[in-house]
Order: sequence, then C-alpha cells, then structure tokens
Amino acid sequence: MTLLTSLARLEAAASGRARPLSQVRHRRLAGQPLVIIPLTLAGDPDTPVAAMTGTSRADQHLLAVPQPRDRDLRLGFLTGLAQIVLGYIASRQHATEVLPATRNHEERRRYADAPQILVPNRAARDYLGLLGRSTRFQRTDGPFPVDPAVPALGKWLTFFADSADQPGSALLADLTSLLAEHWASGQSPLEDASLAAQLAWIDPPPGMTGLQAALATEDPLRCPPAGPATDPGFDQAILEPLVRNYDRAAQAGSQAGTDRAAAEITSALRGQLEPTWNAVGDAMSLLRALPETAGAARRWATDRDSFTRFSSYIGDGGLPQPRRDHAATAAARLDRLERAQAAYDAERALEDPFILAELRTAGEAFAGEVVSAQPSRTTTTTAGRTILRPRFTVRTDDPVRIEPGRVLICPTRPGQRIRIADLPRTGTDAEVVLEVIQGMGTPAKPKPGAVPPLGELVSYTIDPGYWAQRDFPPVDQTPWTHGGPPVRQRADQAEEPQS
Amino acid sequence: MTAGCRYDPASETDQVIAAVLAGMSKPGQRGIIVDSPPGAGKTTLVVRAATELAASGESCIIVAQTNNQVDDLTTRLARQDQGLHLGRLSATDYIPPAGLLALPAVTVATRIDDLGSAHVILATAAKWATVKDRSWGWAIIDEAYQMRSDMLLLIAARFDRALLVGDPGQLDPFSIIETPRWIGLPYDPMQNAVTVLQAHNPDLPVHRLPVSWRLPASAAPVVSSAFYPFSGFRPATTPGDRHLEFAAAGIRSSADAALDVAARSGWALHELPARHTTRTDGEAADAAASLAARLLTRRAVGTCERHPAGRPLGPQNIAIGVAHRDQADQIRQALANSPAPTAEMIRVDTANRLQGAEFDVTIVLHPLSGRSDATAFHLEAGRLCVLASRHRHACIIVARAGIADILDAHPSDEPIHLGVRAKFPDGWEANHALLAHLSNHRIPAP
Repeated sequence: MTLLTSLARLEAAASGRARPLSQVRHRRLAGQPLVIIPLTLAGDPDTPVAAMTGTSRADQHLLAVPQPRDRDLRLGFLTGLAQIVLGYIASRQHATEVLPATRNHEERRRYADAPQILVPNRAARDYLGLLGRSTRFQRTDGPFPVDPAVPALGKWLTFFADSADQPGSALLADLTSLLAEHWASGQSPLEDASLAAQLAWIDPPPGMTGLQAALATEDPLRCPPAGPATDPGFDQAILEPLVRNYDRAAQAGSQAGTDRAAAEITSALRGQLEPTWNAVGDAMSLLRALPETAGAARRWATDRDSFTRFSSYIGDGGLPQPRRDHAATAAARLDRLERAQAAYDAERALEDPFILAELRTAGEAFAGEVVSAQPSRTTTTTAGRTILRPRFTVRTDDPVRIEPGRVLICPTRPGQRIRIADLPRTGTDAEVVLEVIQGMGTPAKPKPGAVPPLGELVSYTIDPGYWAQRDFPPVDQTPWTHGGPPVRQRADQAEEPQS
Repeated sequence: MTAGCRYDPASETDQVIAAVLAGMSKPGQRGIIVDSPPGAGKTTLVVRAATELAASGESCIIVAQTNNQVDDLTTRLARQDQGLHLGRLSATDYIPPAGLLALPAVTVATRIDDLGSAHVILATAAKWATVKDRSWGWAIIDEAYQMRSDMLLLIAARFDRALLVGDPGQLDPFSIIETPRWIGLPYDPMQNAVTVLQAHNPDLPVHRLPVSWRLPASAAPVVSSAFYPFSGFRPATTPGDRHLEFAAAGIRSSADAALDVAARSGWALHELPARHTTRTDGEAADAAASLAARLLTRRAVGTCERHPAGRPLGPQNIAIGVAHRDQADQIRQALANSPAPTAEMIRVDTANRLQGAEFDVTIVLHPLSGRSDATAFHLEAGRLCVLASRHRHACIIVARAGIADILDAHPSDEPIHLGVRAKFPDGWEANHALLAHLSNHRIPAP
C-alpha cells in the first residue's frame, strides 16, 4: 500500500467515511452489463445452488436448483445460465465497425459493442472461471450428452475469466475491486472483499458512521453474504430442511409437492440474493457518477477486439481452451499481461492526478517549476545531421528516484517524450535537466509550445515504453530446455486462440 | 597467503573448473549447471570456458542479464585472450563505455550480421531474444538464476548446448503480474531459468564452485551454513590473511565500538533500541551513514592477499545495503550532510542492485529493522544473503532490537503448492541463523 492510500485509509477510519482515491473512472461500465450473482453449495464449489442475473435493476432473473446434488437438475441450471449468457453475448454481436487498413494490419471488422459481466466480488469472479473450467469439456455425445449450450457457456466463461486477468480489461469485473480502485475505506483490504461493508463506508445511511454501518452488515440475517458461499446459518436452518422436503416429495412422486418445495427454495434463495442485487445496483450508480477517462474507451476497444476474435474462433468451431497452458502459451500470456499492466499504469498516471501524486511520493514521478530553458538547442547525430534537442530545467522537492537517461512522459503534452539529461541534487531539492527527444519539431521548424515556458508547473512520470510482442516458439517447436514439444495432444483441447 | 589453509583453494577450484570443461567436451551433453556461491570465481569460469570453446573451434555465444555484466565479461575475456575476436551485440540506445571501445579485438554492433567474424559474441538475454534464424554450438549463460525461464524459452533456439552459471542464493527474478495460474507447472514462466531447465532435464550435471575468494574466513562459514545449507563452500583465506585496522583511534562512542568489533571479528550488529518505525527510520539511516563516515574519518586500512602492504579504504570500497529504495535515498541524504567530505561517494543501494557487486566493508540496514511484522518480501533469504555476502573484510548490520521476536511472531506461512519444490534455505530460518551469529558481536547503541 502506498503512502497516500494509507493516509486516505487512516482519514477514512478517523472520519467514519470512505475517502475518494480518484475523481475519474478508468474502466468502462457498459450501458447494459450482465450482472451475475452466483451462489454455491457450502463446501462443494462445483455445485451451484442459484444465480441471480439481469441487465438492469428491474430486469432480475433467478435461477435456482432445488436439489443441488442432483446432476440432472444441476445440468438444467447450467443450461438455463448458458441460455442467458449466450443470449446476452449474441445481442452484442449485431453491429460491427470497419477499421481501415494500417501499415501493420489489413482492413478488419470488429463488433461495435462487447459483453460485460459484472459480479459482486472477486470470489464470484473466480467462481465463474471455475464454472467455465468444469463445463467447457462436457460432451454433447456419448452416454451422458449435455445441451450444446453448456460447453459453449464453458468456453465463454473461460474467455471472460482469462480476460479478467488482463489489466484494464472490463469484460468481466467485480464490483468490490472497482470500488476499491476509487475509494479508500476505513477497514482492511480483507474486509473490503465484502461489497455491503464497502458500500457502508462509501455511503453510510443517515445518522451512521461508516464503521457502524459496516458492522451492521456483518449480521447475516440482515445482510446475507454476497456469495458465492452461502451463510452457514441459512444452510442449516432454512435451505437444508427445504431441500429435504423436496426430496420427500420427489420420492413420493408428487409433482405438485416438488413444485411447491421448489418454489419455497427459490423464494428462500431470492431472499438471500436480493440484498446483494440491490447492493450491486448501488455500487454501479456510484461508479457511473464518475466521469470515464479516454483511456477507458481505448481499453474497451481492445476488449471489443478480443471479443471479436474469440467470437470468430467460436464461430469456426473452436475447441475448448486447454486445461493448462503450454510452456510457450504461458510465456506469451505473461508477456501480454506484463505489457498490458505497464500500459495501464502509465495511462492511469497521465489521466488521474491522484495516481500521479502517488507516484510522486514513491519517486517515480515528479512535479516542479521550469526554472530555465534552451528551446533552440541542437546537437549533431553520429550520422552528421543536426537535430533539435531542446533542454529545460525543472526544480522540484519531490524525492526523484528515476535514473538519468530514462524516458519520461507528461500529462499536458501527450505524444512528447523527454529524457533526463542530468539530475544534480542540492539538499532535498533536485534540479532535473530534461531534454525533449520526441515531439519538438526540427531546427528549421520547431514545434510551438514543445518546451514549457519559464515558471510553468510541469509534472513527469516514467514512460513504460512500448515493447513489441515477443516471438515465443510455436508449441510444436518447444525447445529441449522446456521439455520439448508435447508428446501427445488431446484432440478435445485446443491451443489458446491467438490474441 | 594460503599457507594456513588445510586445503588448497586454488586447486580445489581448478578441479571443479576442469570437471566442467571435461563435461563440456563430452559429446551428447546438452547442458551443464554450475552453482557458484558469492565471489567464487564465476567470471573466471565463464572466461575459461569461452576461451577453451573458441580454441577448439566451437561456435559460442555468451548471455548475461544486464549491459554492465556483458561489458564486464567482454573486458575480462579481451584481457584474458588477446587473440580472440569478440563481438558485443547491443541495443540501439546502448552507449558503450570508453574502456570497451578502446579494446582492439572488440567490435560493437547492433545487428548480428555485422559481427560475422567474431569468435565469441556477447549480449544481454533481452538482446539475444531479438536474434532470429541463427544458432551456435554453445551458449554460456551467466547469472542464470537471475534470468526468468520465459527468457530462456526465447533464446533456447540460438544454441544446441548450454553452460548455465549462477548463484542460487541470490534474489529470484520477479514479475509485475501476480497470478497463481502457472504455479506447479514445470515450465512456470515466473520461475528462474535453472529451476525450469532442471525440472525438464533432471539428469543435467550440477557442479559447485567450492571456494569463496571474496568472503573472509569470518564470513564464509556463517553465510555458507545460513544460506547454502546443503552445498556449502569454504573461504579461500585463513583468519590471519586479512586485517582491518584504523589509522585514527576511536572515541568512546557506540559507532566506534561497532567498527572496532567489526575490524576484529568481521561482523558487528549495531543495535538501536527497539521501536516500531516507518520504513524510513531516521535514526537507523543516520546510524548507517555515520558508521560509514567514521570508517572514512578513522582512515580504515585493509590488508589482504591482494594488498599485502595494506590499502587505505576509500568511499569506493564501502557500500551501504538496504531493502527499499526510499531507505537508500534517505541514507544518501544523510551521507551528503556527513562531516566526512567523501562520504557522498559511498554507494547506497538496494539488495537487487547490489547483486554481483563486491566491496571491502559493507553496512547493512537489516530488512526487518523497526518493522512490526515480517512479510514474505522481508523474509526472502536471497535478499539477506545478497546483503550479507558483498564484503571482503567486514559487514556491519544496523538494526532495531527485537528482530528475533518479530521472527518468532511471524513464522513462515506461505502456502505450499503441489508440484513446487520447497525452496531452501527457508528465509525465516536463515534470518534466525544469521541473527544467532550476530548476537556474539552486538553493540547496543543508546
């Protein structure tokens, strides 16, 4: 935890109300996200009990399994969930846009929209990944065929869960993490995993402090947990007797009896899920009130790209994602994630003064006043060409911990690259000599405004740089250092689709 | 100089190097791993192996992890074998140091095609990853434990066989991404290159350099038993071979007392009163800086096998090691305000950046000093090992009292995963082992 976040947490604890950590929103919130609140049988994560789904507060749909241990009922539940998710995905696959050809890419089409799944907390996010893993290999033929929608659901849920690991992606997001990116509560990060408690700190009811409101959410009778694990008290006192009623009715072969028992179970589960449903709505309203950054729209375009790619992969009869990554796919994925993380961090720093301030306390950014400038300074390259390399000096009392030579970027002059030429220190002050190396024009035609005027307050942070995707060897050419090519590949597992 | 040793360090090292070279000339041997404790002559081995390969007409490349390491190896190799034509492959924004450009047999280029006539080509792993469609008979990979396995995957097609050399006790490579996705897979891309290579090739021979030329007789057994519990190594010198003395007498301060103990025994624990502090503990920073300044003002003189007549220690022979960058800043600040005029030139750096470096005397701010808890970061054995194994004469550790209690209150509770081999040494235990030794050299500060 960084200095300013720690301070904000202390202030929140002292004042009884969460402190904002940001005034902008870095992730896209789709106009119509699909909210899924899954519940699972306690101690048996592969046995779903219920899921509340919907694309708006009013459009609420509850899927419940009256006897979770019954495989047919469970499959019925998964088929129902698959229809909802696949229907939602299909509704995002109508409009497309055409991206004109560029130097590196041919002309291509991508969907104008993409699906977004929102879940209440990180555990629910992981749970969807688990459901994806358990359903994507189910067979539609053989002795126990399932509805083709079930393995299709598995592939899509796996796609969503994998995207959620990608920094900045908004295809699958959990609300506790989104809220924690924007507010510091007065409780521990562990306690922030409870959506209701986090909301209590951000927006406590009148007359209560955040702490009082958060403590009140700890009573499972007033505020059932957001899942996926249910409250053990509810399991024992309510769910278990109702499921037993259902079993008795089913044994007696009474259709009316099983219907009645199922309705009771559904109604009990609705009671458990509805408070979370409302909390999800509240959290979304809070997040919608924040203005979205331009970076969020750019990253959503990346999300639409990967949605388009995966849609056509599925359309071409794509096989389920393999159980485990191969050596090369794992390395390529780590490379992709690291590049996305660096880009996400840099974009947020440029768009969000709070994050830039955090970086300044850590010495990875600095701000100060321009005290001198040589706007028309030139140097000669080894090839003998004269180039414009303006320099200027910024005085700062920030603890600058950036080595000379590093390339910097600044929020007010996007597209410009600066290099630290020298960093002499005098006591706690530093005078940073900066050289513009990109976006300054030529000696004959200098770009106006490339060098900030004397007295301007400027801020800079480290440019993560762009590094090209690395070329890992294809899986069938895995070198001896990593075990060589896989010996046998199962026909029902595919390579990870290229993305 | 080594008359007092019951073993001959030079011949013991030579035996291991000879065994490595013999193994390399055996056909069919795809890879050889050489574990090297701190200061055990890793570079000497790399240079020997490269010259032997070149002499036998084998094509060979050298892979290191940083530009500094590559420059260092290039210089050493050029001095060792003047007839060898060396190619230094570099990125476009790399500026070669003047010393390298002055070497006649070294060509610096950014494209592999411009180095056609070189006998040995050296570059960083990241640069090798950009080379395509060529391959060499051998690759010598230096600091292999600092290289991530995904990097090895990128460069593996460039060579048929590999010699991997590195120090298993140092810090592991890391990633900015946290994900449990690959834990337990033999090719986990977050693991270091040697671990992954061994997981797939369990029969590769592993050699160990047996002698530390850097660590004094006072430090080698301590570092060996705390951080290399199963392999072990011995010092190349005997207790009588190295001396640290002061030209100026000390005053009756605890700092001077700590220096005297360190000069006598090779270790000192400068213990500040117990207190929970922020990461930037002003008193601890001042203590570290003033210890360093006192080393200069008391004109420390180091006598060793390299300088038998004694050599006054300058700021370039002293380093201060810390865990975090803000602590380094704070100590640099304190050094700038110190009465010793050259104190500002003393290197202050984090463990990560001190890896591979060597000094005469080091001052270490203990990673757990002033903390109220012990996290996995602060308990990492590699971090403490790097900090405690950079010195030729003495190591002075600055810490708040009560670290043993913090350790006892925070036993290792890292999750254990299937398919992941337990890592030795355990950081918690290594911390206790070093602390137990330091307790004999404790100087309480007021």
